[in-house]
Amino acid sequence: MRRDLILRIVTKLVLPFILLFALYVHFHGDFGPGGGFQAGVIAAGMLILHSIVFGVRSTKHIAPQGLVEAMIPLGVLIYASVGIPALISGRNFLDYGVFDPHHTPHGHHLGILMVESGVLITVFSTMLAIFYAFSERGRS
Amino acid sequence: MTALEHQLPVLPVLIPLFGALLTGFLSRGTVSWLLALIFSWATAAVSVLLLVTVLRLGEPISYVMGNWGVPWGIEYRVDTLNAFVLVIVTGIGAVLMPYARKSVAFEIASHQQAWFYTMYLICLAGLLGITVSGDAFNVFVFMEVSSLATYVLIALGHNRRALLASFQYLIVGTIGATFYVIGIALLYLVTGSLNLHDIAGLLGDAYNTYPRPVLTALAFLVAGISLKLALFPLHLWLPNAYAYAPSMAAAFLAGTATKVAVYLLIRILFSIFGIAIVFTTLPIADVLLVLSIAAMAIASLAAVFQENAKRMLAYSSVAQIGYITLGIGLHNQSGLTGSIVHLFNHAVTKSALFMCLGAIVYRTANMRLTNLAGIGRKMPLTTAAFVLAGLSIIGVPGTAGFVSKWYLAVGAIERGYWPLVFLIVASSLIAVLYIGRFVEVAYFREPSEACESAYEPPTSMLIPILVLSAATVYFGIDTRATADIAAIAARFLLGGAN
Repeated sequence: MRRDLILRIVTKLVLPFILLFALYVHFHGDFGPGGGFQAGVIAAGMLILHSIVFGVRSTKHIAPQGLVEAMIPLGVLIYASVGIPALISGRNFLDYGVFDPHHTPHGHHLGILMVESGVLITVFSTMLAIFYAFSERGRS
Repeated sequence: MTALEHQLPVLPVLIPLFGALLTGFLSRGTVSWLLALIFSWATAAVSVLLLVTVLRLGEPISYVMGNWGVPWGIEYRVDTLNAFVLVIVTGIGAVLMPYARKSVAFEIASHQQAWFYTMYLICLAGLLGITVSGDAFNVFVFMEVSSLATYVLIALGHNRRALLASFQYLIVGTIGATFYVIGIALLYLVTGSLNLHDIAGLLGDAYNTYPRPVLTALAFLVAGISLKLALFPLHLWLPNAYAYAPSMAAAFLAGTATKVAVYLLIRILFSIFGIAIVFTTLPIADVLLVLSIAAMAIASLAAVFQENAKRMLAYSSVAQIGYITLGIGLHNQSGLTGSIVHLFNHAVTKSALFMCLGAIVYRTANMRLTNLAGIGRKMPLTTAAFVLAGLSIIGVPGTAGFVSKWYLAVGAIERGYWPLVFLIVASSLIAVLYIGRFVEVAYFREPSEACESAYEPPTSMLIPILVLSAATVYFGIDTRATADIAAIAARFLLGGAN
């Protein structure tokens, strides 16, 4: 086995907790600091740590480049699509009240959470795509 | 109002935005082109519908995002002027798309084509957003959206100098956008509002209390937007950007990007600050007139001496923007009508010219004027279309260019600026020189080596070229659709006084 045994094992132990923290920041964004952007950066940080310790190739095995590049527009697509139900039901675009007609603030809450999920996906994949692009410089 | 009519103001932004996201998500060459085509046409259709609706209602349509009321929420406000600009931008995009497929396939590597169409649609969404939005900061966001997409479009050019041209534009464009934000921040400081219509109502009192911040804001806004629209001494980014961008991008940007910036300038000067502040406190009218004349004369002269045909057209664009700002400087009914109608006429004309050059590049892979000798014999229809659109640049009666220059000349006479009329005619004569130079090279010389094997471009490219160059003649004869709408918009901007 290679010298960096401790590093590898500790990383393996820490990775799920980083992801958990990212999700905490995402879902707790309404009540405390955080939200989709920060969560996306933290989640991408998890995979970047993975690739620093285990090599880019094994990370690309987990998150293939094609998938990552498709996720960039996908997140924005989710963001924009959240406004569509309002458009179809005759309300104005981005009127999140449509998600809970009886209690508008709940609808807003839900709408913002969905929008933030889109942000999370795009930020996560953009960070990773930038990292992949840098790690490939001078290789081919 | 029907359900569709209610949603109309937001659709010109949403359709290309979704189109861009889908194109980027699917990321397949031909599929991307087809999606871009469908979404461009759909956007053009809703824009025409919007213009018809606005003209029928006779008053601005307001639409608030997410049902957050004005002035807190983001408002989209559509009147005759911006509905007209929407039709210009989307119309050019719609005519260009059938042309794009072959041209883009020839000039751009296959793995980048999908991203090219994505960027084109994002750029379209951004430009339309600037046009339709009634919120000062939202306008800035869309300005950045369209600019970032534009930088990518230019950088995708085949020549390596495209990267440098794109970088130059990035620097200048960022300075322009920064100035715009500084101006908006100062207005927010004195009025506490970001809604353009709301600012317009509050600015009179604010100016009486805090005249200096308001004037500083005006100066920053005019300088920043002038960078974006390439007003004469601030135009240095433009020739390289248009010369090295892919042909399809050059044709699109030449017809639309600067026009939208001009629209924004008109909106800021006339709808927000109002004639009372703009033209009495600062010598903005005189500065605009002087710079416009300089643009008309100097940029036209520079165009005469260009070796690269695309650079020639780019300098010609700077000169033509001079005509548009000239009408703004005149700020009377005829002058402003001339400006607004020239937004349309120049967009059609210049896009037609760039499309002809794109077709020539497609067959000869060449842009140097000397190497294009005899192209008129090998590609007669394309060259004829170029000459026809060139006549409109010169302003020959019976072409679209004549209509705008006529209004500008009338506007100048109404102000009593007789020498201006002479200058308008003189600068048209310089245009005869550079268009004539192309004609001489194309028709009166033996075909060069590069042109020996050239022949007409594919039908999918030729038809859009012929449509646009025929349009330059059509809109020179039938001015009901263009000049009348421009006159309505101008009357509205001048407060219905005329």
